[in-house]
Amino acid sequence: MTCTEFLALLDDLIDGTVTPETRAELETHLVGCAHCEVVFSTTRKTIEIYRSHEIYDLPNGLRDRLHAAIMARCKKGCS
Amino acid sequence: MAIIQPVAGEPEPHPDLALVERVRGGDVTAYDALVRKYERQVFRIAQHITQNREDAEDVMQDAFLKAYEKLDQFQGNSKFYTWLVRIAVNESLMRLRKRRTGKMVSIDEDIVTDEGSVPRDLADWAPDPEQNYGQAELAEILRKTIQGLPQGFRIVFVLRDVEGLSTEETAETLGLSIPAVKSRLLRARLQLRERLSRYFHKRKASKDPRPKAAGRRESAPGETNSGENRPEETGGEK
Repeated sequence: MTCTEFLALLDDLIDGTVTPETRAELETHLVGCAHCEVVFSTTRKTIEIYRSHEIYDLPNGLRDRLHAAIMARCKKGCS
Repeated sequence: MAIIQPVAGEPEPHPDLALVERVRGGDVTAYDALVRKYERQVFRIAQHITQNREDAEDVMQDAFLKAYEKLDQFQGNSKFYTWLVRIAVNESLMRLRKRRTGKMVSIDEDIVTDEGSVPRDLADWAPDPEQNYGQAELAEILRKTIQGLPQGFRIVFVLRDVEGLSTEETAETLGLSIPAVKSRLLRARLQLRERLSRYFHKRKASKDPRPKAAGRRESAPGETNSGENRPEETGGEK
């Protein structure tokens, strides 16, 4: 397997959507290729970091304003 | 002894459906429950697309109000969450359009970029690189980094990797083909990885976040047939 072929399947490897046979091939490539190992591990880490860190906090009071707006619509619409 | 098991192939209805039914029956508190459950996600999506806090606040409000008013149109054959996300994405794009006084805004915007997918900076990262930064500093790095992605890549990454939509749901939400979603996701992930490498190098994080570009460049995966077999082209063949 070449690095290009590995890269084309990188997402499937990360997302766990490869067949066991393909996974074995990809893992064999990783053992012998330090570059792809770095790309694989740091890409996975990139996703994990974005998943686990809240980078935009919900503004205070937004939920209350939304609730009030919904209640106002409701009075018009569902009484 | 007779415990009722769900029939194989017929998954249990999503719990949101019961809430939706209650809202349809006039129970507004059930809608509050849906808002609480998804407000963060809707706000994040709006913020990622509009890149503006006030707009994101307006979008969140408009999206939930619209979903409330159009609840009768919700078919129940998709998840309430993905239906809501679609409304939030559309509202966000509309908001951008308004801000740019009617100029067409599409998720394909800025999609052409010279910054390709072939990994260049191949320095490994520290084991837990984020621990070298304080919470606020890290959040700022993550915001800056993702804001630098072309919009068409950023939305796909956010929906797929941050908000947890499937490839199919992302494609449907954005009106893209599945191969297009896959190729954008790969490029988004690789570009983010590369940009974050500036901060997360194994070498102790330096004060200067700029990459030491030329010095670090080594032969990268795929570079031997550069251009011939780019990931975005191979992505569609699976």
